[in-house]
Amino acid sequence: MTYKCSEYKLIEKKAIASGIFSFTILCPEVAELSECGQFVHILVKGCTLRRPISICEVDREKGTIRIVFEIRGSGTDKLAGMNVGDDIDMIAPLGKGFSVKELPEGKRVIVVGGGIGVPPMLETAKAHKKAAAVLGFRDYSRVILTEDFKKNGIDTIVCTDDGSVGNKGTIAEPLRAELAKGDVEAVFACGPKPMLAAVISAAKEYGVFCEVSLEERMGCGVGACVGCVARINRNGEEKLLRVCKDGPVFNAEEVIL
Amino acid sequence: MKDLSVKVAGVTFPNPVIAASGTYGFGEDYAPLYPLNKLGGISCKGTTINEKPGNLPPRIAETTAGMLNSVGLQNPGVDVFINKYLPELKKNGNVIIANIAGATIDDYIATAEKLDATDVDMIELNISCPNVKQGGATWGTTCQGAAAVTKAVRNATKKPVMVKLTPNVTNITEIAKAVEAEGADCLSLINTLLGMRIDIRTKRPILHNNVGGFSGPAIFPVAVRMVWQVANAVNIDVVGMGGITTAEDAVEMMMAGAKAVQMGTAIFTDPYSPLKVIDGLEKYMIENNLDSLSEICGVVKPW
Repeated sequence: MTYKCSEYKLIEKKAIASGIFSFTILCPEVAELSECGQFVHILVKGCTLRRPISICEVDREKGTIRIVFEIRGSGTDKLAGMNVGDDIDMIAPLGKGFSVKELPEGKRVIVVGGGIGVPPMLETAKAHKKAAAVLGFRDYSRVILTEDFKKNGIDTIVCTDDGSVGNKGTIAEPLRAELAKGDVEAVFACGPKPMLAAVISAAKEYGVFCEVSLEERMGCGVGACVGCVARINRNGEEKLLRVCKDGPVFNAEEVIL
Repeated sequence: MKDLSVKVAGVTFPNPVIAASGTYGFGEDYAPLYPLNKLGGISCKGTTINEKPGNLPPRIAETTAGMLNSVGLQNPGVDVFINKYLPELKKNGNVIIANIAGATIDDYIATAEKLDATDVDMIELNISCPNVKQGGATWGTTCQGAAAVTKAVRNATKKPVMVKLTPNVTNITEIAKAVEAEGADCLSLINTLLGMRIDIRTKRPILHNNVGGFSGPAIFPVAVRMVWQVANAVNIDVVGMGGITTAEDAVEMMMAGAKAVQMGTAIFTDPYSPLKVIDGLEKYMIENNLDSLSEICGVVKPW
Protein backbone atom coordinates (compact mmCIF):
# COMPACT_ATOMS: atom_id res chain seq x y z
CA MET A 1 0.00 0.00 0.00
CA THR A 2 1.73 3.14 -1.13
CA TYR A 3 0.82 6.79 -0.89
CA LYS A 4 2.10 10.26 -1.74
CA CYS A 5 2.65 13.37 0.36
CA SER A 6 2.77 16.64 -1.51
CA GLU A 7 0.93 19.84 -2.42
CA TYR A 8 -1.75 19.69 -5.07
CA LYS A 9 -3.81 22.41 -6.76
CA LEU A 10 -7.40 23.01 -5.80
CA ILE A 11 -9.05 23.43 -9.21
CA GLU A 12 -12.75 23.54 -8.37
CA LYS A 13 -14.63 24.55 -5.25
CA LYS A 14 -18.37 24.47 -4.67
CA ALA A 15 -20.58 24.96 -1.65
CA ILE A 16 -23.12 22.14 -2.09
CA ALA A 17 -25.13 22.64 1.10
CA SER A 18 -24.94 24.87 4.13
CA GLY A 19 -21.42 24.34 5.55
CA ILE A 20 -20.63 21.51 3.12
CA PHE A 21 -18.03 21.93 0.40
CA SER A 22 -16.89 20.02 -2.65
CA PHE A 23 -13.23 20.34 -3.69
CA THR A 24 -11.76 18.97 -6.90
CA ILE A 25 -8.01 18.57 -6.61
CA LEU A 26 -5.55 18.05 -9.47
CA CYS A 27 -3.29 15.21 -8.33
CA PRO A 28 -2.65 12.66 -11.12
CA GLU A 29 -0.27 10.55 -9.03
CA VAL A 30 -2.85 10.30 -6.25
CA ALA A 31 -5.79 9.71 -8.62
CA GLU A 32 -3.83 6.87 -10.21
CA LEU A 33 -3.58 5.09 -6.84
CA SER A 34 -6.95 5.98 -5.32
CA GLU A 35 -9.66 3.43 -4.69
CA CYS A 36 -13.19 3.79 -3.38
CA GLY A 37 -13.40 4.11 0.38
CA GLN A 38 -9.88 5.48 0.82
CA PHE A 39 -9.19 8.91 2.30
CA VAL A 40 -6.83 11.88 2.10
CA HIS A 41 -5.10 13.47 5.11
CA ILE A 42 -5.04 17.23 4.68
CA LEU A 43 -2.83 19.73 6.46
CA VAL A 44 -4.56 22.97 7.35
CA LYS A 45 -2.16 25.83 8.17
CA GLY A 46 -1.95 26.42 11.89
CA CYS A 47 -3.22 22.98 12.91
CA THR A 48 -0.97 20.33 14.47
CA LEU A 49 -2.98 17.40 13.16
CA ARG A 50 -4.16 16.77 9.64
CA ARG A 51 -7.84 16.26 8.75
CA PRO A 52 -8.86 12.92 7.28
CA ILE A 53 -11.44 13.33 4.50
CA SER A 54 -12.85 10.52 2.40
CA ILE A 55 -12.46 10.43 -1.35
CA CYS A 56 -15.79 11.09 -3.06
CA GLU A 57 -14.82 10.62 -6.70
CA VAL A 58 -11.73 9.72 -8.70
CA ASP A 59 -11.16 10.74 -12.32
CA ARG A 60 -7.97 9.05 -13.50
CA GLU A 61 -8.28 10.53 -17.01
CA LYS A 62 -8.36 14.08 -15.73
CA GLY A 63 -5.98 13.21 -12.90
CA THR A 64 -8.33 14.57 -10.25
CA ILE A 65 -9.99 13.50 -7.06
CA ARG A 66 -13.02 15.06 -5.45
CA ILE A 67 -13.59 15.41 -1.73
CA VAL A 68 -16.71 16.59 0.06
CA PHE A 69 -16.47 17.75 3.66
CA GLU A 70 -18.49 19.53 6.28
CA ILE A 71 -17.28 22.35 8.51
CA ARG A 72 -17.01 20.65 11.89
CA GLY A 73 -14.49 22.86 13.68
CA SER A 74 -11.75 25.41 13.18
CA GLY A 75 -9.68 23.10 10.95
CA THR A 76 -12.37 22.31 8.43
CA ASP A 77 -13.50 25.95 8.67
CA LYS A 78 -10.04 27.08 7.53
CA LEU A 79 -10.00 24.40 4.85
CA ALA A 80 -13.31 25.73 3.54
CA GLY A 81 -11.62 29.11 3.21
CA MET A 82 -9.18 27.83 0.61
CA ASN A 83 -9.75 28.91 -2.94
CA VAL A 84 -9.25 27.68 -6.48
CA GLY A 85 -5.55 27.88 -7.30
CA ASP A 86 -4.43 27.26 -3.71
CA ASP A 87 -2.15 24.34 -2.94
CA ILE A 88 -3.52 21.61 -0.70
CA ASP A 89 -0.95 19.71 1.34
CA MET A 90 -2.12 16.14 1.56
CA ILE A 91 -1.02 12.60 2.25
CA ALA A 92 -3.01 10.36 -0.05
CA PRO A 93 -4.50 7.97 -0.82
CA LEU A 94 -4.64 6.27 2.56
CA GLY A 95 -6.33 3.28 4.12
CA LYS A 96 -8.03 0.14 2.97
CA GLY A 97 -11.12 0.93 0.90
CA PHE A 98 -14.25 -1.02 -0.01
CA SER A 99 -13.99 -4.32 -1.84
CA VAL A 100 -14.98 -4.01 -5.47
CA LYS A 101 -17.18 -6.94 -6.43
CA GLU A 102 -17.29 -8.66 -9.79
CA LEU A 103 -21.06 -8.91 -10.19
CA PRO A 104 -22.73 -11.93 -11.76
CA GLU A 105 -25.54 -11.16 -14.25
CA GLY A 106 -28.64 -9.90 -12.46
CA LYS A 107 -26.81 -9.01 -9.25
CA ARG A 108 -26.16 -5.58 -7.78
CA VAL A 109 -24.63 -3.88 -4.77
CA ILE A 110 -26.25 -1.41 -2.43
CA VAL A 111 -24.36 1.53 -1.00
CA VAL A 112 -25.72 3.19 2.12
CA GLY A 113 -24.63 6.63 3.22
CA GLY A 114 -25.66 8.78 6.14
CA GLY A 115 -25.04 12.54 6.22
CA ILE A 116 -21.40 13.39 5.67
CA GLY A 117 -20.82 9.62 5.29
CA VAL A 118 -22.45 9.81 1.85
CA PRO A 119 -19.44 11.11 -0.19
CA PRO A 120 -17.26 7.94 -0.23
CA MET A 121 -20.30 5.91 -1.31
CA LEU A 122 -20.47 7.73 -4.66
CA GLU A 123 -17.15 6.36 -5.92
CA THR A 124 -18.00 2.98 -4.36
CA ALA A 125 -21.27 2.82 -6.31
CA LYS A 126 -19.54 3.96 -9.50
CA ALA A 127 -16.91 1.22 -9.13
CA HIS A 128 -19.63 -1.42 -9.60
CA LYS A 129 -21.44 -2.50 -12.75
CA LYS A 130 -24.82 -2.20 -11.05
CA ALA A 131 -25.49 -0.30 -7.86
CA ALA A 132 -28.31 1.25 -5.92
CA ALA A 133 -27.93 3.87 -3.20
CA VAL A 134 -29.89 4.41 -0.02
CA LEU A 135 -28.98 7.79 1.39
CA GLY A 136 -30.08 9.30 4.69
CA PHE A 137 -29.99 12.92 5.81
CA ARG A 138 -31.30 14.94 8.74
CA ASP A 139 -33.45 17.25 6.62
CA TYR A 140 -33.64 18.91 3.19
CA SER A 141 -30.91 21.41 4.06
CA ARG A 142 -28.35 18.60 4.52
CA VAL A 143 -29.10 16.65 1.34
CA ILE A 144 -25.99 16.27 -0.80
CA LEU A 145 -24.82 14.46 -3.94
CA THR A 146 -28.15 12.81 -4.81
CA GLU A 147 -28.01 14.26 -8.33
CA ASP A 148 -24.45 12.94 -8.72
CA PHE A 149 -25.63 9.42 -7.92
CA LYS A 150 -28.54 9.65 -10.37
CA LYS A 151 -26.30 11.13 -13.08
CA ASN A 152 -24.16 8.02 -12.86
CA GLY A 153 -27.12 5.72 -13.42
CA ILE A 154 -27.42 4.68 -9.79
CA ASP A 155 -30.94 4.02 -8.49
CA THR A 156 -31.14 6.38 -5.54
CA ILE A 157 -33.48 6.31 -2.58
CA VAL A 158 -33.34 9.37 -0.35
CA CYS A 159 -34.52 9.45 3.25
CA THR A 160 -34.71 12.34 5.66
CA ASP A 161 -35.40 12.19 9.37
CA ASP A 162 -38.22 14.74 9.03
CA GLY A 163 -39.50 13.64 5.64
CA SER A 164 -38.68 17.00 4.04
CA VAL A 165 -37.13 15.12 1.10
CA GLY A 166 -37.87 11.54 0.05
CA ASN A 167 -38.91 8.93 2.57
CA LYS A 168 -39.54 9.98 6.15
CA GLY A 169 -37.34 8.13 8.62
CA THR A 170 -34.05 6.30 8.56
CA ILE A 171 -32.50 4.19 5.81
CA ALA A 172 -33.37 0.96 7.68
CA GLU A 173 -36.75 0.15 6.06
CA PRO A 174 -35.88 1.10 2.47
CA LEU A 175 -32.65 -0.92 2.82
CA ARG A 176 -34.58 -3.98 4.01
CA ALA A 177 -37.01 -3.61 1.12
CA GLU A 178 -34.10 -3.60 -1.33
CA LEU A 179 -32.47 -6.60 0.34
CA ALA A 180 -35.75 -8.47 0.21
CA LYS A 181 -35.60 -8.40 -3.60
CA GLY A 182 -32.93 -11.10 -3.31
CA ASP A 183 -30.52 -9.76 -5.96
CA VAL A 184 -28.06 -7.97 -3.66
CA GLU A 185 -24.46 -9.23 -3.75
CA ALA A 186 -23.05 -6.81 -1.18
CA VAL A 187 -23.89 -3.83 1.02
CA PHE A 188 -21.37 -1.05 1.64
CA ALA A 189 -21.96 1.71 4.17
CA CYS A 190 -20.54 4.85 5.74
CA GLY A 191 -22.28 7.05 8.27
CA PRO A 192 -23.05 7.52 11.95
CA LYS A 193 -22.75 4.49 14.23
CA PRO A 194 -26.51 3.91 14.80
CA MET A 195 -26.95 3.83 11.02
CA LEU A 196 -24.07 1.39 10.62
CA ALA A 197 -25.60 -0.83 13.30
CA ALA A 198 -28.88 -0.90 11.37
CA VAL A 199 -27.09 -1.71 8.11
CA ILE A 200 -25.03 -4.47 9.69
CA SER A 201 -28.07 -6.12 11.25
CA ALA A 202 -30.09 -5.93 8.01
CA ALA A 203 -27.24 -7.39 5.94
CA LYS A 204 -26.78 -10.16 8.45
CA GLU A 205 -30.49 -10.97 8.44
CA TYR A 206 -30.42 -11.40 4.65
CA GLY A 207 -27.04 -13.16 4.66
CA VAL A 208 -25.45 -10.52 2.42
CA PHE A 209 -21.74 -9.58 2.40
CA CYS A 210 -21.31 -6.22 4.12
CA GLU A 211 -18.50 -3.74 4.71
CA VAL A 212 -18.63 -0.50 6.69
CA SER A 213 -16.32 2.49 6.93
CA LEU A 214 -15.41 3.68 10.43
CA GLU A 215 -14.33 7.05 11.74
CA GLU A 216 -12.04 7.82 14.68
CA ARG A 217 -9.90 10.71 15.92
CA MET A 218 -6.71 10.34 13.94
CA GLY A 219 -3.05 11.20 14.38
CA CYS A 220 -0.48 10.33 11.70
CA GLY A 221 -2.94 8.77 9.21
CA VAL A 222 -0.40 6.22 7.97
CA GLY A 223 -0.43 3.63 10.76
CA ALA A 224 2.58 4.73 12.79
CA CYS A 225 1.04 6.28 15.90
CA VAL A 226 -1.72 3.73 16.57
CA GLY A 227 -3.94 6.61 17.67
CA CYS A 228 -7.12 5.89 15.69
CA VAL A 229 -8.01 2.36 16.69
CA ALA A 230 -11.40 0.66 16.52
CA ARG A 231 -12.59 -2.46 18.31
CA ILE A 232 -12.47 -5.29 15.80
CA ASN A 233 -13.24 -8.96 16.29
CA ARG A 234 -10.74 -10.85 14.16
CA ASN A 235 -9.98 -14.57 14.26
CA GLY A 236 -12.08 -14.96 17.40
CA GLU A 237 -10.16 -12.29 19.27
CA GLU A 238 -11.04 -8.68 20.04
CA LYS A 239 -8.30 -6.41 18.74
CA LEU A 240 -7.79 -2.68 18.54
CA LEU A 241 -6.98 -2.09 14.88
CA ARG A 242 -5.98 1.13 13.15
CA VAL A 243 -8.79 2.89 11.31
CA CYS A 244 -6.21 4.66 9.12
CA LYS A 245 -4.32 1.61 7.89
CA ASP A 246 -6.20 -1.59 8.76
CA GLY A 247 -9.40 0.33 7.82
CA PRO A 248 -11.26 2.62 7.51
CA VAL A 249 -13.31 -0.12 5.81
CA PHE A 250 -13.87 -3.29 7.81
CA ASN A 251 -15.96 -6.38 7.29
CA ALA A 252 -19.28 -5.87 9.09
CA GLU A 253 -18.95 -9.16 10.94
CA GLU A 254 -15.75 -7.96 12.60
CA VAL A 255 -16.95 -4.57 13.75
CA ILE A 256 -17.81 -3.94 17.40
CA LEU A 257 -19.76 -0.70 17.48
CA MET B 1 28.56 18.75 2.16
CA LYS B 2 28.90 19.19 5.89
CA ASP B 3 29.46 16.33 8.31
CA LEU B 4 26.34 16.37 10.49
CA SER B 5 27.32 13.35 12.53
CA VAL B 6 27.06 13.37 16.30
CA LYS B 7 28.10 10.92 18.97
CA VAL B 8 25.72 9.97 21.75
CA ALA B 9 26.99 7.57 24.43
CA GLY B 10 29.67 6.39 22.03
CA VAL B 11 27.21 5.65 19.22
CA THR B 12 27.69 7.64 16.01
CA PHE B 13 24.55 9.03 14.38
CA PRO B 14 25.10 10.29 10.79
CA ASN B 15 22.92 13.26 11.70
CA PRO B 16 21.34 14.32 14.98
CA VAL B 17 17.68 13.86 14.04
CA ILE B 18 15.99 10.81 15.54
CA ALA B 19 12.33 9.83 15.11
CA ALA B 20 10.79 9.72 18.59
CA SER B 21 9.31 6.56 20.00
CA GLY B 22 5.61 6.12 19.45
CA THR B 23 5.46 8.45 16.47
CA TYR B 24 7.23 6.39 13.85
CA GLY B 25 6.01 2.85 14.54
CA PHE B 26 8.67 0.43 13.36
CA GLY B 27 9.53 2.57 10.35
CA GLU B 28 7.51 0.72 7.74
CA ASP B 29 4.55 3.10 7.76
CA TYR B 30 6.68 5.97 6.45
CA ALA B 31 8.74 3.87 4.04
CA PRO B 32 6.63 4.97 1.01
CA LEU B 33 7.93 8.54 1.42
CA TYR B 34 11.70 8.34 1.84
CA PRO B 35 14.46 5.89 2.76
CA LEU B 36 14.65 5.42 6.52
CA ASN B 37 18.41 6.00 6.43
CA LYS B 38 17.80 9.71 5.83
CA LEU B 39 17.15 9.90 9.58
CA GLY B 40 20.02 9.83 12.03
CA GLY B 41 18.16 7.19 13.97
CA ILE B 42 14.79 5.73 14.80
CA SER B 43 13.52 5.14 18.30
CA CYS B 44 10.99 2.38 17.79
CA LYS B 45 7.51 2.11 19.24
CA GLY B 46 7.61 1.26 22.96
CA THR B 47 7.88 -2.49 23.29
CA THR B 48 6.94 -4.75 26.19
CA ILE B 49 7.74 -8.38 26.99
CA ASN B 50 4.26 -9.49 25.86
CA GLU B 51 1.80 -8.01 23.37
CA LYS B 52 -0.17 -5.06 24.78
CA PRO B 53 -3.61 -4.08 23.43
CA GLY B 54 -3.39 -0.44 24.54
CA ASN B 55 -6.19 1.86 25.69
CA LEU B 56 -9.69 2.14 24.26
CA PRO B 57 -10.33 4.96 21.77
CA PRO B 58 -10.53 7.91 21.49
CA ARG B 59 -6.78 8.13 21.97
CA ILE B 60 -6.09 11.45 20.26
CA ALA B 61 -7.13 15.03 20.99
CA GLU B 62 -5.86 18.13 19.26
CA THR B 63 -4.86 21.16 21.30
CA THR B 64 -3.59 24.63 20.51
CA ALA B 65 -0.18 23.99 18.92
CA GLY B 66 -0.14 20.42 20.10
CA MET B 67 -2.01 17.25 20.84
CA LEU B 68 -2.81 14.71 23.52
CA ASN B 69 -2.43 10.98 23.11
CA SER B 70 -3.33 8.02 25.27
CA VAL B 71 -2.29 5.06 23.16
CA GLY B 72 -1.23 3.07 26.21
CA LEU B 73 1.81 1.32 24.72
CA GLN B 74 -0.08 -0.84 22.23
CA ASN B 75 2.61 -3.06 20.72
CA PRO B 76 3.04 -6.61 19.44
CA GLY B 77 5.61 -7.65 22.07
CA VAL B 78 9.39 -7.81 21.95
CA ASP B 79 9.61 -11.13 20.07
CA VAL B 80 7.61 -9.76 17.14
CA PHE B 81 9.76 -6.62 17.23
CA ILE B 82 12.95 -8.68 17.09
CA ASN B 83 11.81 -11.20 14.48
CA LYS B 84 9.56 -9.17 12.22
CA TYR B 85 10.66 -5.54 12.38
CA LEU B 86 14.27 -5.30 13.57
CA PRO B 87 15.91 -7.03 10.56
CA GLU B 88 14.21 -4.59 8.12
CA LEU B 89 15.02 -1.61 10.33
CA LYS B 90 18.69 -2.60 10.56
CA LYS B 91 18.85 -3.11 6.80
CA ASN B 92 17.16 0.17 5.89
CA GLY B 93 17.91 2.54 8.75
CA ASN B 94 20.84 4.05 10.58
CA VAL B 95 20.94 3.90 14.39
CA ILE B 96 18.06 1.72 15.61
CA ILE B 97 16.94 2.28 19.18
CA ALA B 98 14.61 -0.16 20.91
CA ASN B 99 12.29 1.58 23.36
CA ILE B 100 11.21 -0.72 26.18
CA ALA B 101 8.61 -0.50 28.92
CA GLY B 102 7.31 -2.82 31.58
CA ALA B 103 5.00 -3.20 34.54
CA THR B 104 7.63 -4.87 36.72
CA ILE B 105 11.41 -4.76 36.96
CA ASP B 106 11.47 -8.38 35.80
CA ASP B 107 9.59 -7.34 32.63
CA TYR B 108 12.25 -4.72 31.89
CA ILE B 109 15.05 -7.23 32.55
CA ALA B 110 13.50 -9.95 30.37
CA THR B 111 12.90 -7.49 27.51
CA ALA B 112 16.41 -6.04 27.76
CA GLU B 113 17.99 -9.52 27.83
CA LYS B 114 16.18 -10.48 24.63
CA LEU B 115 17.34 -7.29 22.94
CA ASP B 116 20.89 -7.77 24.19
CA ALA B 117 21.14 -10.81 21.93
CA THR B 118 20.19 -8.77 18.82
CA ASP B 119 22.03 -6.20 16.73
CA VAL B 120 19.88 -3.30 17.94
CA ASP B 121 22.15 -0.29 18.52
CA MET B 122 20.74 1.14 21.70
CA ILE B 123 18.04 0.60 24.30
CA GLU B 124 15.86 3.49 25.39
CA LEU B 125 14.22 2.89 28.76
CA ASN B 126 10.69 4.18 28.83
CA ILE B 127 10.08 4.96 32.49
CA SER B 128 7.84 7.84 31.65
CA CYS B 129 4.78 6.72 29.72
CA PRO B 130 1.86 8.64 31.25
CA ASN B 131 -0.77 6.40 29.67
CA VAL B 132 -0.47 3.06 31.42
CA LYS B 133 -1.69 2.31 34.90
CA GLN B 134 1.15 -0.01 35.81
CA GLY B 135 4.75 0.72 34.99
CA GLY B 136 5.76 3.57 32.77
CA ALA B 137 5.64 6.80 34.68
CA THR B 138 5.26 5.09 38.03
CA TRP B 139 8.95 4.19 37.68
CA GLY B 140 10.06 7.52 36.34
CA THR B 141 8.51 9.81 38.91
CA THR B 142 10.65 8.81 41.88
CA CYS B 143 14.44 8.66 42.18
CA GLN B 144 14.22 5.20 43.74
CA GLY B 145 12.00 3.79 40.98
CA ALA B 146 14.04 5.32 38.17
CA ALA B 147 17.29 4.15 39.73
CA ALA B 148 16.00 0.62 40.31
CA VAL B 149 14.89 0.10 36.70
CA THR B 150 18.08 1.63 35.34
CA LYS B 151 20.25 -0.58 37.54
CA ALA B 152 18.36 -3.73 36.57
CA VAL B 153 18.53 -3.03 32.84
CA ARG B 154 22.16 -1.93 33.10
CA ASN B 155 22.99 -5.38 34.48
CA ALA B 156 20.88 -7.13 31.84
CA THR B 157 22.56 -5.69 28.74
CA LYS B 158 25.84 -4.42 27.36
CA LYS B 159 24.00 -2.21 24.87
CA PRO B 160 24.16 1.54 25.48
CA VAL B 161 21.20 2.47 27.67
CA MET B 162 19.32 5.73 27.18
CA VAL B 163 16.83 6.60 29.91
CA LYS B 164 13.80 8.62 28.81
CA LEU B 165 12.66 11.00 31.52
CA THR B 166 9.22 12.29 32.33
CA PRO B 167 8.65 16.00 32.86
CA ASN B 168 5.81 15.24 35.28
CA VAL B 169 8.04 15.55 38.36
CA THR B 170 8.96 18.28 40.80
CA ASN B 171 12.68 18.18 40.09
CA ILE B 172 13.84 16.43 36.94
CA THR B 173 17.53 16.92 37.71
CA GLU B 174 17.28 14.70 40.79
CA ILE B 175 15.86 11.85 38.69
CA ALA B 176 18.53 12.46 36.05
CA LYS B 177 21.30 12.23 38.62
CA ALA B 178 19.77 9.10 40.14
CA VAL B 179 19.76 7.21 36.83
CA GLU B 180 23.22 8.50 35.94
CA ALA B 181 24.49 7.04 39.21
CA GLU B 182 23.07 3.63 38.26
CA GLY B 183 24.90 3.50 34.94
CA ALA B 184 22.66 5.16 32.37
CA ASP B 185 24.79 5.95 29.30
CA CYS B 186 22.64 8.85 28.20
CA LEU B 187 19.27 10.51 28.79
CA SER B 188 16.42 11.53 26.53
CA LEU B 189 13.86 14.12 27.51
CA ILE B 190 11.17 15.20 27.72
CA ASN B 191 8.41 12.63 27.41
CA THR B 192 4.90 14.09 27.20
CA LEU B 193 3.32 16.32 29.82
CA LEU B 194 0.16 14.97 31.41
CA GLY B 195 -2.85 16.81 30.02
CA MET B 196 -6.63 16.68 29.60
CA ARG B 197 -9.33 18.02 27.28
CA ILE B 198 -13.08 17.95 27.86
CA ASP B 199 -15.84 17.93 25.26
CA ILE B 200 -18.12 20.62 26.69
CA ARG B 201 -21.09 19.25 24.72
CA THR B 202 -20.98 15.77 26.24
CA LYS B 203 -19.12 16.72 29.45
CA ARG B 204 -16.84 13.78 28.67
CA PRO B 205 -13.07 13.91 28.50
CA ILE B 206 -12.09 13.63 24.81
CA LEU B 207 -9.69 10.81 25.64
CA HIS B 208 -11.23 7.54 26.81
CA ASN B 209 -8.32 7.33 29.26
CA ASN B 210 -9.50 10.75 30.57
CA VAL B 211 -5.92 12.07 30.60
CA GLY B 212 -3.06 11.74 28.16
CA GLY B 213 0.37 12.89 27.07
CA PHE B 214 0.66 16.44 25.76
CA SER B 215 3.13 16.98 22.94
CA GLY B 216 3.84 19.30 20.05
CA PRO B 217 5.18 22.84 19.55
CA ALA B 218 3.31 24.11 22.63
CA ILE B 219 5.62 22.18 24.99
CA PHE B 220 8.89 23.22 23.34
CA PRO B 221 9.87 25.91 25.91
CA VAL B 222 9.29 23.46 28.76
CA ALA B 223 11.50 20.93 27.00
CA VAL B 224 14.29 23.45 26.38
CA ARG B 225 14.24 24.46 30.03
CA MET B 226 14.41 20.88 31.28
CA VAL B 227 17.13 19.84 28.82
CA TRP B 228 19.16 22.85 29.93
CA GLN B 229 18.69 22.02 33.62
CA VAL B 230 19.49 18.33 33.15
CA ALA B 231 22.48 18.88 30.85
CA ASN B 232 23.97 21.09 33.54
CA ALA B 233 23.31 18.52 36.26
CA VAL B 234 24.81 15.37 34.70
CA ASN B 235 27.98 14.31 32.88
CA ILE B 236 26.31 11.91 30.43
CA ASP B 237 24.93 12.84 27.01
CA VAL B 238 21.44 14.27 26.68
CA VAL B 239 19.08 13.87 23.73
CA GLY B 240 16.48 16.65 23.60
CA MET B 241 12.89 16.36 22.48
CA GLY B 242 9.54 18.01 22.99
CA GLY B 243 7.90 20.08 20.28
CA ILE B 244 10.84 20.38 17.91
CA THR B 245 9.46 21.40 14.53
CA THR B 246 12.16 23.36 12.70
CA ALA B 247 15.95 23.41 12.32
CA GLU B 248 15.99 26.53 14.49
CA ASP B 249 14.24 24.56 17.24
CA ALA B 250 16.87 21.83 16.91
CA VAL B 251 19.71 24.38 17.16
CA GLU B 252 18.05 25.90 20.22
CA MET B 253 17.71 22.47 21.84
CA MET B 254 21.37 21.71 21.13
CA MET B 255 22.43 25.06 22.57
CA ALA B 256 20.50 24.11 25.71
CA GLY B 257 22.74 21.06 25.98
CA ALA B 258 21.35 18.32 23.71
CA LYS B 259 23.80 16.23 21.65
CA ALA B 260 21.00 15.08 19.37
CA VAL B 261 17.26 15.61 19.06
CA GLN B 262 14.15 13.50 18.67
CA MET B 263 11.13 14.60 16.67
CA GLY B 264 7.63 13.21 17.04
CA THR B 265 4.46 15.23 16.75
CA ALA B 266 6.00 17.35 13.95
CA ILE B 267 6.11 14.19 11.83
CA PHE B 268 2.32 13.91 12.06
CA THR B 269 1.97 17.47 10.82
CA ASP B 270 4.56 17.01 8.10
CA PRO B 271 6.18 13.60 7.53
CA TYR B 272 9.06 15.36 5.78
CA SER B 273 9.79 17.62 8.77
CA PRO B 274 12.79 15.57 10.03
CA LEU B 275 14.42 15.86 6.60
CA LYS B 276 13.73 19.60 6.53
CA VAL B 277 15.38 19.92 9.95
CA ILE B 278 18.42 17.98 8.73
CA ASP B 279 18.71 20.23 5.65
CA GLY B 280 18.27 23.31 7.84
CA LEU B 281 20.98 22.15 10.22
CA GLU B 282 23.41 21.73 7.34
CA LYS B 283 22.57 25.24 6.14
CA TYR B 284 23.09 26.53 9.67
CA MET B 285 26.52 24.87 9.80
CA ILE B 286 27.53 26.44 6.50
CA GLU B 287 26.29 29.91 7.49
CA ASN B 288 28.02 29.70 10.86
CA ASN B 289 31.14 28.03 9.57
CA LEU B 290 30.81 25.01 11.86
CA ASP B 291 32.78 21.82 11.31
CA SER B 292 30.76 19.86 13.83
CA LEU B 293 27.41 20.27 15.52
CA SER B 294 29.13 19.47 18.81
CA GLU B 295 30.41 23.06 18.63
CA ILE B 296 26.93 24.34 19.56
CA CYS B 297 26.12 21.75 22.21
CA GLY B 298 25.40 23.57 25.47
CA VAL B 299 26.76 26.91 24.29
CA VAL B 300 23.85 28.92 25.68
CA LYS B 301 25.22 31.84 27.69
CA PRO B 302 22.87 32.19 30.65
CA TRP B 303 22.36 35.64 32.11
